[in-house]
Amino acid sequence: MTTQTAENVKLFNSGHTACAGCGLALAARLVLQATGPKVIVVNATGCLEVFTTRSPQTAWGIPWIHSLFENQAAVATGVEAALRALGRGDEARVIAWGGDGASADIGFGGISGMWERYDDVLYICYDNEAYMNTGIQRSGLTPFKGHTSTSPAGKASLGNMKQKKNIPAIAVAHGLPYVATATVGYPKDLERKVKKAMEFKGPRYLQILVPCPLGWGHATSDTISMSKLAVETGLNPIFEYVDGKLATAMTVKQKPVEEYLKPQARFKHLFRDAAGAEQIKLIQEIANSNFAKFKVEAAK
Amino acid sequence: MVAKRAKNILIGNPGTSLANKTGSWRVFMPVYDKTKCTACGMCAMLCPDGCIHGDKAKKYDPDYDYCKGCGVCAKVCPVKCITMKEEQK
Repeated sequence: MTTQTAENVKLFNSGHTACAGCGLALAARLVLQATGPKVIVVNATGCLEVFTTRSPQTAWGIPWIHSLFENQAAVATGVEAALRALGRGDEARVIAWGGDGASADIGFGGISGMWERYDDVLYICYDNEAYMNTGIQRSGLTPFKGHTSTSPAGKASLGNMKQKKNIPAIAVAHGLPYVATATVGYPKDLERKVKKAMEFKGPRYLQILVPCPLGWGHATSDTISMSKLAVETGLNPIFEYVDGKLATAMTVKQKPVEEYLKPQARFKHLFRDAAGAEQIKLIQEIANSNFAKFKVEAAK
Repeated sequence: MVAKRAKNILIGNPGTSLANKTGSWRVFMPVYDKTKCTACGMCAMLCPDGCIHGDKAKKYDPDYDYCKGCGVCAKVCPVKCITMKEEQK
C-alpha cells in the first residue's frame, strides 16, 4: 500500500480520477518527467484540471494554478512577470496547459496575445479532439467527419463538417522560436521535444495528441496503438519548427486511414454505406496532403 | 488570516490524490509472468496512471491500489508477459 510521504510524492501522482486508458494522464506524467520539478503549471479548465484536482486533493507535486477556461495564457504571463519582478526568474519556468477547446476556441485570443508579447512561457495544448470533459462536444480541433454530441452522425449529416484548425501553423506565423507536435504513442520523442522546448527562451508551443477512449470510442487498451496509427496514417503528423523552419518530421511508412478509423466508434458511421466510403476517400486525401506537406515520407 | 483561510480551502498539499484508491474501478487486472518479463520498463513508461513501479533488477509490478485495469501495459509489452484476468472480488 502506498501512503503519502515526502519520498513517494512524485511530480505527477497516481490517484487522479482520469478514465482508464487516458492518454492525457500519460502525457501529463511524461511531460513533467522531462521538465523536472522547477516548473509552475498554469492550467485551463478541462479534463486535466478536473481529474487531477478533485478538491481538496491534488495529483500535482509541483506548483499548479487554475483560474478560468479562457485565461490560462494571461495567468501564465502574470506568473512569469511576477517571478521576474521578484528576481526569482531562474527558480522556475512557466508552463501553460490547456485542452484543444481551451486552446483553439475559448482561450485563443489570450494565447495569441501571449505569443505577440513574447512571454517566456511554454504553451502545451493537449489535443483529444473534442470537449471531452463536458460530454464530447465538437471543438476547433475535432477531425473531419468525427462524430461528437454537437456534430452527430445520422441521416442528415456524417459528422463534423470542418477540418482540424491548424494551430501549429498559426503559432509559426506568430514567429515563435519553437513549435512542435507530439503524441503519447512515441514517448521518447515527446520527452525529447519537451526538453528541447525548455532550452528556448520566449513563447513556445507544443501540441500533444492524446487518445481518449471515452470520446473516440476505442478500447482502453488501444490508447497507444491509436496514437501511433494517427501518425502512421498521416492524419496527425508530428514535426518540429525551429525559428519558423521545419526542423524534423516523423518518417513513417504510410498506412491506409481505414486502419485508424475502423476501431473508433466516432467514425463507425463511415463504414455503413457508399456515402461513408466517399468521405473516407476525402479523409485519405487529407492524410496524403499531410504526408506531402510535412515530408513524412515512407521509410525506405 | 486570509492566507490561513486560503490554505485551508484553495491550496492542496502536493500528491494528496494518493489517498484516492482508484484500483476499486478495475474489472480486469494485469497479471505478470515474471519468468518471461525482461524488465524493459515499457509498461511502467506507458501506464496512464503511473502505477507500475520497479527497476531493472527487481522487475516490474503494478500497484493494485491505483491500477484501473485499462490494459495498456498488456498491449505494449513486447514479450507479452502480462495477461488481463477478470478480477474476483
